[in-house]
Amino acid sequence: MSTRTASEERAVVIGLEVHVQLETDTKVFCGCSTEPADDEEPNTRTCPTCLGLPGALPVLNEAAVEAAVKIGKALDADIPETTTFHRKNYYYPDLPKNFQLTQYDAPICADGELEVSVDGERRTIGITRAHLEEDPGSIQHAGGSIESATHTLVNYNRAGTPLMEVVTEPDFRSPAETRAFLAKLEEVLEYLGVFDATRDGSLRVDANVSLVDADEVTEDGSVPEAVLADANRAEVKNISSHKGAEKALAYEITRQRNVLRRGREIEQETRHWDEGRGVTVSMRSKEAEKDYRYFREADLPALEVSDWKDRIPIPELPDARRERFRTEYGLDDEAASKLTSTKEVADFFEDVAGEYDPELAATWVADNLLGELNYREMEITDVTDRLDEFTRLVELVDAGELTVKNAEEVVLREMLDEGEDPESVIEREGLGKAESDEVETAVEAAIEENPDAVADYHDGDEGAINFLVGQVMQATGGSADPGQVNGLLRERLDG
Amino acid sequence: MATEYNAFITEETIEGDEDGPLAGTTVAVKDNISTEGIRTTCGSEMLADYVPPYSATVVDRLTDAGATVVGKTNMDEFGMGTTTETSAFGPTRNPADPDRVPGGSSGGSAAAVAAGEADVALGSDTGGSVRCPAAFCGVVGIKPTYGLVSRYGLVAYANSLEQIGPIASTVEEAAEALSVIAGPDPNDGTTRDPTSVDGGGDGDADAGADGGIDYAAAADGDVDGLTVGVPTELFEGADERVVETVEDAIADLEAQGAETTETSLPSVEHAVQAYYVIATSEASSNLARFDGVRYGHRADSDENWNESFAETREAFGSEVKRRILLGTYALSAGYHDEYYAKAQDAREWVRQDFEEAFADVDVIASPTMPVLPFELGESLDDPLRMYLADANTTPANLANLPAISVPAGEADGLPVGLQLVGPKFDEETVIRAASAVEDR
Repeated sequence: MSTRTASEERAVVIGLEVHVQLETDTKVFCGCSTEPADDEEPNTRTCPTCLGLPGALPVLNEAAVEAAVKIGKALDADIPETTTFHRKNYYYPDLPKNFQLTQYDAPICADGELEVSVDGERRTIGITRAHLEEDPGSIQHAGGSIESATHTLVNYNRAGTPLMEVVTEPDFRSPAETRAFLAKLEEVLEYLGVFDATRDGSLRVDANVSLVDADEVTEDGSVPEAVLADANRAEVKNISSHKGAEKALAYEITRQRNVLRRGREIEQETRHWDEGRGVTVSMRSKEAEKDYRYFREADLPALEVSDWKDRIPIPELPDARRERFRTEYGLDDEAASKLTSTKEVADFFEDVAGEYDPELAATWVADNLLGELNYREMEITDVTDRLDEFTRLVELVDAGELTVKNAEEVVLREMLDEGEDPESVIEREGLGKAESDEVETAVEAAIEENPDAVADYHDGDEGAINFLVGQVMQATGGSADPGQVNGLLRERLDG
Repeated sequence: MATEYNAFITEETIEGDEDGPLAGTTVAVKDNISTEGIRTTCGSEMLADYVPPYSATVVDRLTDAGATVVGKTNMDEFGMGTTTETSAFGPTRNPADPDRVPGGSSGGSAAAVAAGEADVALGSDTGGSVRCPAAFCGVVGIKPTYGLVSRYGLVAYANSLEQIGPIASTVEEAAEALSVIAGPDPNDGTTRDPTSVDGGGDGDADAGADGGIDYAAAADGDVDGLTVGVPTELFEGADERVVETVEDAIADLEAQGAETTETSLPSVEHAVQAYYVIATSEASSNLARFDGVRYGHRADSDENWNESFAETREAFGSEVKRRILLGTYALSAGYHDEYYAKAQDAREWVRQDFEEAFADVDVIASPTMPVLPFELGESLDDPLRMYLADANTTPANLANLPAISVPAGEADGLPVGLQLVGPKFDEETVIRAASAVEDR
């Protein structure tokens, strides 16, 4: 039996700072490409501006601002009249100018929110702000760690990639919620077409974690600011995935609970998530809080964005689309979720559903197509230009010209493996649906040739009918409809 | 001849196009303006061997217009100075009196023009660095409206204040060079098209060939009906010999039909302080990139990167270090509001004072420098005295306004410059008034 007193009941408080790379063609302040070339050499995707050469100037890529405005709309955030940039001054070798261009007192998005659902419970996570900034370059310590390295290599190819830093309120009460939030955020960003989760390093998360007295949590689940200010927190850096966030935070919470249990204090510090070892490691004490000497960047004039919110449209977001799929197409929760997992899947489904029975379309897209694609590690985007072939396949089944079994197990697979159209596969494999007299002949033959099975059937062995169906299917090369065969057999045997 | 005044750090030629408005014109370029393939030192040991892989927009525009670059001129290190004595390449001498400084920080550019070593020179003006040496060397220097001339390729000292500007023997030649370098540049987001800006262009000058403004056409000496404001604040405390020479020149403008009126700019008494806080703050950030990682000097250090950065940055001269430290301090938590924020407020007052003054006057006239050229070595150990010499030039930078220094005459055999400041993007009025001073 635990001997803990009530005051030892701790509630978890987590806030996130999420860095996401925005998908733009060029970097945020110069014309260099954001897309790494295959096997590119270090420091080749650069120019005077992103290398910070003396005299080079930043020019704002408005496509990055557009992407940021889309995010602001999706998060239901306030977008200011004008947006400005500041310099964040600190020395680090990956920072070409030894200052980072970022936003300070006029972020492009403020005061938004995102709803997540964990185990059926809905939580609204407050978004304090989201701002645009430039990604630094990347560094590589020759010899492994920063302590053991003899030297460090710097690559500025990434420098200047547009980043959006999304800062949440300390609204998370469990690691699972942060994971759900990150998944939801990624989903929304992908719907907006401003993010590519497959790009290495496209998502980086810092998390502030503290434990407070559970009694201090108010009824609506919030924690008073004074309580938060009193609680020492650890900032956990170097998290790069949803799963990593959940694991890192679970570890960190256990660590903090253990420290408190031993009667010690939590230190205010920065900790590094070591993904390989599955632990957080102390990096530096927070006491020496850095002074970034922020000030306005004069090279980037204030940008008027007051009308951008009205000017820039965003697509229907995943939650709304899921809801609509349920009501408009009568789909169940599972199918609606599957069919809205990405914007491309949802668009594909709606194109098919526009022409056929939505239920049929849902089965074909959600179960058959996505399953086969997943098996082949293919994406819906690999087949979006073959939408008409896919709809013809569904049409052939719908019209009874192809059995479901053949469509699923032969035609669709060959279409994906060989890139053929459905008609070619049907022709090559001779899968046109068998003529009914051919089926009847085969049924007669099966009964004639298998007296033992017929006897077993009459003795009440239901398994015998399956054997006979199999014989007919074999004889017709699989082109008969098993249900129809079953019916015909029973008709003959019972009659 | 070039070595006589030490006007150049590097003498190398970039041939211009065969024709163009500046065909046959030789240009000297201040050594903080990037030239592809030719070292650009900023007068500093830090960049003594730095060769840029690209040219500044102004250099391309000059050579496209037919001008031939003849070399890179000496300057105070990173533009930080009023005498060209803080250069790591030794001081430049004033061709008007070789025992005196040419002014700064664009001292090499002004000296090159005064000595006839180039027809035109480019300087950069952060707090008077084009106008001061123009005044001290007896030539013409223009500080354009912030945003008229591209800064792409200009190694930044204080980027919210500075502009590249031409120096020449006559107002017309300087204006001709300005026409070539002025105008929007996609590589500098702060540049504006002067013809589309409110107040830009007075409408009676000819448009240039490329649709820009032909500033040289404004150098017609016609000041009949022009109202010249004379602010007492910019005469107080100036050397009497300077004041007398400038007042004579203003009287001559009256004789040519201009009207003079006393005007007041009460905020300018804070201009030098505000300027030094803002300029050093920006400098502390702009010069942070010189850490030896990517280019320029690198200390031979075995220590970690922070130590290596610190040792590398020892290569800055003492004036540069002083300004980086001042600026770092002014931006620091706990001092930011006291210094940087207050300086920004002062900058806004200066801007408003000028705006109010220009409701009544067309241009504002004053001495460019409150002093005659210093003797070599005279002011180097007294930074505060040197800073105060910028009292009359810094207001135009704080207010982003166009200004010109034009020779007003001589005092004790030394050149005296008269400064004219005009409304935003109204370079033409400034040039017109200056051409009348020159014609007298």
